[in-house]
Amino acid sequence: MYQFEYHRPKTLDEVTALLARLESPKILAGGMTLLATMKQRLAAPSDLIDLQDVTGIAGISVDAKNVTIGAMTCHHDVASSKDVAKAIPALAYLAGRIGDPLVRHRGTIGGSIANNDPSADYPAACLGLGATIVTNSREIPADDYFRGMFETALKENEIIVKIVFPIPQGAAYQKFPNPASRYAMVGVFVAKTAAGVRVAVTGAGPGVFRMTAMETALAKNFSAAAIDGITAPVEEMLQDMHASSEYRAALTSVMAKRAVAGVSA
Amino acid sequence: MNAIDAKKATGIGASVPRKEDFRFITGNGHYTDDICRPGQAYACFVRSPYAHATVDDIDFADALAAPGVILVLTGKDVAADGLGGLICGWLVHSKDGSPMKTGAHPVLALTHVRYVGDHVAVVIAETAAQARDAAELVDVSYGELASVTAVSGAQAPDAPQVHPEAPRNTCFEWELGDKAATEAAFNNAAKVVSLDIANNRLIPNAMEPRAAVGEYDKGTGVYTLYTTSQNPHVARLVLSAFVGVAPENKLRVIAPDVGGGFGSKIFIYSEETVCVWASKKVGRPVKWIADRSESFVSDAHGRDHQTHAELALDANGKMLGLRVKTKANLGAYLQLFSASVPTYLYATLLSGQYDLPAIYCEVDGVLTHTAPVDAYRGAGRPEATFVIERLVETAARELGEDPAEFRRKNFIRKFPHQTPVIMAYDVGDYEASLNEACRMIDYANFPQRRREAEARGMRRGIGFSAYIEACGIAPSAAVGSLGAGVGLWESAEVRVNPTGSVEVLTGAHSHGQGHETTFAQLVSDRLGIPIESVEIVHGDTDKVQFGMGTYGSRSGAVGMSAIQVALDKVIAKARKIAAHVLEAGEGDIVFENGHFTVAGTDRGLAFAELALQAYTGHKFPTSEIEPGLKETSFYDPTNFTFPAGTHIAEVEIDPGTGVVKVIKFVAVDDFGNIINPMIVEGQVHGGVAQGIGQALLENAVYDPDTGQLLSGSFMDYCMPRADDLPSFDVGVTVTAAPSNPLGLKGCGEAGAIGAPPAIINAITDALGVRDIAMPVTPERAWRAANGL
Ligand SMILES: Cc1cc2nc3c(=O)[nH]c(=O)nc-3n(C[C@H](O)[C@H](O)[C@H](O)COP(=O)(O)OP(=O)(O)OC[C@H]3O[C@@H](n4cnc5c(N)ncnc54)[C@H](O)[C@@H]3O)c2cc1C
Repeated sequence: MYQFEYHRPKTLDEVTALLARLESPKILAGGMTLLATMKQRLAAPSDLIDLQDVTGIAGISVDAKNVTIGAMTCHHDVASSKDVAKAIPALAYLAGRIGDPLVRHRGTIGGSIANNDPSADYPAACLGLGATIVTNSREIPADDYFRGMFETALKENEIIVKIVFPIPQGAAYQKFPNPASRYAMVGVFVAKTAAGVRVAVTGAGPGVFRMTAMETALAKNFSAAAIDGITAPVEEMLQDMHASSEYRAALTSVMAKRAVAGVSA
Repeated sequence: MNAIDAKKATGIGASVPRKEDFRFITGNGHYTDDICRPGQAYACFVRSPYAHATVDDIDFADALAAPGVILVLTGKDVAADGLGGLICGWLVHSKDGSPMKTGAHPVLALTHVRYVGDHVAVVIAETAAQARDAAELVDVSYGELASVTAVSGAQAPDAPQVHPEAPRNTCFEWELGDKAATEAAFNNAAKVVSLDIANNRLIPNAMEPRAAVGEYDKGTGVYTLYTTSQNPHVARLVLSAFVGVAPENKLRVIAPDVGGGFGSKIFIYSEETVCVWASKKVGRPVKWIADRSESFVSDAHGRDHQTHAELALDANGKMLGLRVKTKANLGAYLQLFSASVPTYLYATLLSGQYDLPAIYCEVDGVLTHTAPVDAYRGAGRPEATFVIERLVETAARELGEDPAEFRRKNFIRKFPHQTPVIMAYDVGDYEASLNEACRMIDYANFPQRRREAEARGMRRGIGFSAYIEACGIAPSAAVGSLGAGVGLWESAEVRVNPTGSVEVLTGAHSHGQGHETTFAQLVSDRLGIPIESVEIVHGDTDKVQFGMGTYGSRSGAVGMSAIQVALDKVIAKARKIAAHVLEAGEGDIVFENGHFTVAGTDRGLAFAELALQAYTGHKFPTSEIEPGLKETSFYDPTNFTFPAGTHIAEVEIDPGTGVVKVIKFVAVDDFGNIINPMIVEGQVHGGVAQGIGQALLENAVYDPDTGQLLSGSFMDYCMPRADDLPSFDVGVTVTAAPSNPLGLKGCGEAGAIGAPPAIINAITDALGVRDIAMPVTPERAWRAANGL
């Protein structure tokens, strides 16, 4: 790790002021990704602005329409929230499958979707449920937010404040973990929402994406059989030492069918 | 607690909780990183980013000027001080009689780097962070060259060369066995079964990374090296006699608590050599602690074989002969045992548990631009077992025979048994382990379980592995004749204190095995004293006179035998003293349950009373019997020991995803007599976990084009975790080893040896395929399940 300065502001205004003033600052949330990158000397911010004391950006609230999760809410809190489990059980389930207990107690939803790792789990929930990412300056629909591998619609120094998930009629998440990292090699989130069926896939491609062919088929007939034979395009899938693109494409279909079967409502 | 109870509670055969665990679990262990010497500086190594390159220039002016930097050293400094290179302690000859060929293994690279992670320079600074910052400023001009990382292709005439001394990257072309007899067996065969088998490359990943602190005492001229070693005396011998860091009497090596080795800490590496050498140059202690990324690239790796194997059978399915051709990846340099692992520790076990009249094995040792490959848990024996047990299972299937029955038919049943590949098995009962394993897994009802799984859409398979290994290495004369540079005896010194407590100094080293408990159990049992009164001292060349260290499951069979012999001597002398003190004839002295008594009387001495007499010397003629009570043994075994057993795995595979789940794993082992059943079971659990890791999860992958290690972190190198494994069912059968006084065989490696073929045999059974490559990733299983 290289030298850096550490800041621990209490308000979002202070955060924005610091971001504007400092040379090459970085926001620190749970640090699960950022600190590891810094230890490997792959990132060298001049300053870290720790969000943990900032008021109003952590916590879960649920109303009749939405589940709203503050950016600084850790995965464990989402996984163990009775309110989330009642409103969107698939979301609590997904959070409980991220990493290990240490990671779940440190890592945050804001950090996860700001980072937008192509094999992270939360992006699938955001896109699958049609969530809205609320920042300190605007509201971004999930459909516009995720821009491919580690790319998002966030502007420089824009801060995620909360994520608003509309409560679906039913949803399910199926994750096929990479045996080594336990990130998603393929994760499929299926939701029946007011706006129709949504299918989001993470891990398989260079960023989370929707499977419109499956959505169309499921809109007509919401059953695993309806999407039999529909897979993601092989040539657009990732390929690495763990899995070929062909295998990842095949898994999108298997995982999607299992997710559909898991949607109860 | 009286002596009889002590024997029961803490003697041989009792599951005594490990004495060392309290300090480990409460964070009070003393690992090398816990050792902080006054004024210590920190070393950081500059490592090669290339698999193969010339080192044209090293400009370290900026590094030297960086904050806190004390010194930068390169290969030129090593050469200027006349230090030798790192050595291989085992000389292997090729078929044509020529000695193995390889280039020098410099402590720091001089002209070339030969693998990613190779040592180029070292920066020594006030803090670890400053050393690391400055290491980035060392400007090395490399001339990148083409590299080769896999054995296939490495021997081609136009392949990039690792060392000019070894043409075609061939270190040796070795053979073992009777070629003509084996040819004849194949000519007479009714059936030949053959397989091409890869044994995947593994990275050891001990929990504690390698580490060293070197210190030089200006007053006495004595160097002290604290390091993560499985064999500190061997480290001292190599560093003094071969590398020439210091004379042996001026070098003390201490291996304190060590957090796992699995073989990787047998070897003498550049890092500890540099720490001890540089400590004099900087005039301060020098410390180095590997981080995990360094461990991945620079610890010696394991396995990495490519093999073609054939089994000849007669019309009744009896084995006639075995022919094996293996190419073993040695990496870029030979490490301490590199040459022996794929030769004498491998081919000598190819007879397995079977009565095989003829075996011929050829092994090419191949140099590549990868980290050195050396002993890793099992060292050669997992590779041999994998070859023979995959072939045997395949043969049974092709003959349409039950795999258990086919094995029974071919088992060795008469002992001693001379195999065609050097080993003389002394004792065993292979059918007993097989039968017990079949009973424990309920083999008879497997077809029902398979049908039930199929009804759920799953594919279920069962796989056997009847392994044998050679442990307790080894008779010094035997290994000497095979090329070992050292004898493989072990030493022990039993020191009885005047109050009757005992210190045992052993040349074995414990780095997870629990010696402080099991060795103390032996003493408690023999002397009838509480285990709390026994201290096991190891890992310090100033305390223990000499020793060969711990590896190859040798510390029970060889190390404890040495203690046993020394205890015999202690008891013999104590008897003499007792006879005088009790005014009886020596022949009338009975030693039982910690008491010396005169037979048929109530006159006697407790062991502690006797000890005090020995040191006061008031009551016996010290002209006839020297005062004191301390005895030594250098014990050389008469044979290897041959632990053997049967492991059976049952797996279920999801054909949709290819996920393989190990449903049941039964291990029935014959380790001879057992000192501590709980520790033995723990060793089996750990070994099986590593074996399943090799079969399903672990794989060291180098990029074939760039030679970069792709599996360089736990994000990509998959270590087995608890939820990857079933709860193991462990059983034992016992035939006592006749070659050592305690009848022990050794249990440290069995799991890693037995498990991989059991798993692969189960997977191929489940999927109905002939073969599948390790590790069986979900994708590989999915392809096999779907005929892709
Ligand atoms: C061992 C391990 C296993 C893991 N396994 C999984 C897994 O299975 N699935 C999975 O999805 N993830 C996994 N993760 C990732 C983890 O869940 C975290 O979500 C992730 O590390 C980022 O969250 P964080 O809070 O730690 O962010 P940090 O590391 O602190 O920050 C990450 C990035 O986001 C930026 N950032 C943080 N908060 C905000 C904000 N509010 N607004 C704007 N930018 C922000 C930071 O500046 C930084 O660039 C794993 C991580 C580890 C270490």
